[in-house]
Amino acid sequence: MATLLEVKDLRTHFYTFEGVVKAVDGVSYEVEEGETLGLVGESGCGKSVSALSLMRLIPDPPGKIVDGEVLFESEDILKIDMDDMRRIRGAKMSMVFQEPMTSLNPVLTLERQLSETLQLHRGMSREEARQESVDLLSRVGIPDAERRVRQYPHQFSGGMRQRVMIAMALSCNPKLIIADEPTTALDVTIQAQILELMKSLTSEFGVSLIVITHNLGVVARYANRMNIMYAGKIIERGAAGEVYSNPRHPYTVGLLKSVPRLDLPRRAKLDPIEGQPPDLINLPEGCAFRDRCRWAVDKCATEEPPLMLVNEGHWSACWRSDELGPSALDFLADLGLYADDSSNGAAASESDAEVE
Amino acid sequence: MTTMTETGTQGRAPAESGEILLEVKNLKMHFPVTAGIIFQRAVAHIKAVDGVSFFVRRGETLGLVGESGCGKTTTGRCILQLYRPTDGQVIFDGQELTGLSTRQMRTMRRRMQVIFQDPYSSLNPRMTAGNIIGEPLIVHGLVNSKDEYKDRVAELLQNVGLNPYMADRFPHEFSGGQRQRIGVARALSVDPSFIVCDEPVSALDVSIQAQIVNLLEDLQERFDLTYLFIAHDLSVVRHISNRVAVMYLGHIVEIADRNEIYRSPLHPYTRALLSAVPIPDPIIDAQRERILLSGEVPSPLNPPSGCVFHPRCPIAIDSCSEVTPELREVDSNHWAACIQAPGYGSY
Ligand SMILES: Nc1ncnc2c1ncn2[C@@H]1O[C@H](COP(=O)(O)OP(=O)(O)O)[C@@H](O)[C@H]1O
Ligand SMILES: Nc1ncnc2c1ncn2[C@@H]1O[C@H](COP(=O)(O)OP(=O)(O)O)[C@@H](O)[C@H]1O
Ligand SMILES: [Mg+2]
Ligand SMILES: [Mg+2]
Repeated sequence: MATLLEVKDLRTHFYTFEGVVKAVDGVSYEVEEGETLGLVGESGCGKSVSALSLMRLIPDPPGKIVDGEVLFESEDILKIDMDDMRRIRGAKMSMVFQEPMTSLNPVLTLERQLSETLQLHRGMSREEARQESVDLLSRVGIPDAERRVRQYPHQFSGGMRQRVMIAMALSCNPKLIIADEPTTALDVTIQAQILELMKSLTSEFGVSLIVITHNLGVVARYANRMNIMYAGKIIERGAAGEVYSNPRHPYTVGLLKSVPRLDLPRRAKLDPIEGQPPDLINLPEGCAFRDRCRWAVDKCATEEPPLMLVNEGHWSACWRSDELGPSALDFLADLGLYADDSSNGAAASESDAEVE
Repeated sequence: MTTMTETGTQGRAPAESGEILLEVKNLKMHFPVTAGIIFQRAVAHIKAVDGVSFFVRRGETLGLVGESGCGKTTTGRCILQLYRPTDGQVIFDGQELTGLSTRQMRTMRRRMQVIFQDPYSSLNPRMTAGNIIGEPLIVHGLVNSKDEYKDRVAELLQNVGLNPYMADRFPHEFSGGQRQRIGVARALSVDPSFIVCDEPVSALDVSIQAQIVNLLEDLQERFDLTYLFIAHDLSVVRHISNRVAVMYLGHIVEIADRNEIYRSPLHPYTRALLSAVPIPDPIIDAQRERILLSGEVPSPLNPPSGCVFHPRCPIAIDSCSEVTPELREVDSNHWAACIQAPGYGSY
């Protein structure tokens, strides 16, 4: 597979009254053609800013991309002028946001909004664009598309609006779609529908997809590769199967262990990551995660660990990554530590929650 | 359309399983939709809660799950009499609440509290954390002096894992997780026995969610609390609850012990809901069966006839659009409202 997007040492900072917010601070990764990449981390860690940087949609002031390259089809799109960038945004890259209402125009019918892009970027006639709008809506699973294309955004439910957003994102035949928490505001059953839809459309159209989420569970099913972000940096990256089963950064381990899992016996106590994410204005020296880290040693306070290769195609920014891996994830070992309460009836190990 | 009858409600719990603190019987909340400028008249009704029955035992956590708009919050508010229900009974510790005056209810509310979902909008931005937590102490006359007030606020802050010196800060100076702790401390201030936790962790990051869940569990043990835990995240609900009730479009479709409902869900909606929960392990997740429901939840303004789930139900048969299935105990302590559930019997 060819590389579609290559991000090199991207840095985006905000110059605020309180100080410089290093929202994205030295992020590098690539996206292959047709690949789905998961970008995961807690709120405020820089996921949206890193996505908006790719699209060059950072509000300036206060924001600025201060360093780095974004090679899209081998061209550094941070260097091209804004007109060329707008063309790329309309034709090759598009974005799906968490709250579709903010990116849909409330006073225009869907037909107007969709056909505009189609006429502008795909040179269609009005009638062609109208027909294509209807097609797109039915492709994303909106029933009765012929009629609904003439409606306004507020006449659609949350899940339906997200489908409309996906139709909009697809309308320009893009190479890359960036979906920023596309299902966070939706219910689980609708979430599942939307993710399945994105998965099938991206493979059908051969589109690459970056899915941003704060929930590791959401992308497990769909991502080929994962980037885990913390405090403006990628702290672990690798193939999805590998990162989930062989996590080599304490933060990833912490994320995986803090959620209760339906497929495993119930644990008597959850195992949260203590504390809170740091303030991106006054990041101390060393590893940004160290205050919350169970593995932290003296070195972590003075030397910031770079992303280091820990396995084939798998990087971690931790001095002690060698000591992590599947054993750090041993959920069943935890169970031995905490005997489940008796009100739970049978022993916890019996409470197989395998959903059939 | 027939409504859920009281036969087969959860009113008759086996005595040996623990004392019942709260009992809800055939609860209905229909919000009028009005028209007219001068003379408002009801032109239709939103059947937000439409005949819901369940009980909560003292000291247990009953989880209430379902998709947004199914009536979870409304059920919680009806229990606390923040909404006056259209019909049905709410019996708290032997006392029927629906007939109580506002004044009588105020006294009851000392024993029944609520924690809200949104730690951003539920705290008054112009009050300090200390005053947010301490206000109920004054409203209910629970302290006699300034010193006592301060001590109690400090103690409450500590109980929820915050520092007493934070009492002078304003909500915006706290993170989401900390704000939720303030909400918990406020609920605890009056020493309640029952708390409706309305999606208390839904707005938080996963790592912070676990902190709050653990806190709620610790507090339950320390202060003998009984919870109605409302959520849409089934993994969290299974973790924190002793029993789980599943709601759909104003109705409860299934109630069972937390292990039972996940191991052998009987209602097709429960099964679909469970199958949609993502598992953070791609290998295991790929092996799970997925039941993708078609379409969306219908409007409570005009709910479907018969079983409200039938238009989306993968196993619906003709009679599902005709009969409204009541919630029946189909197995010991396992209740389901589906005419096709094993053990449901005939109509
Ligand atoms: N317009 C802005 N001005 C100042 N700071 C900002 C702005 N936008 C984002 N930030 C800061 O950048 C950091 C990363 O934000 P964001 O990328 O939105 O996080 P998330 O991972 O939740 O998407 C946060 O600390 C946020 O406060
Ligand atoms: N005060 C109200 N007036 C009118 N309709 C309401 C009111 N509160 C809730 N509803 C409606 O009742 C239904 C159930 O809402 P709610 O109890 O908030 O659901 P949930 O908490 O499960 O998301 C929804 O259709 C909602 O729009
Ligand atoms: Mg974001
Ligand atoms: Mg609600």
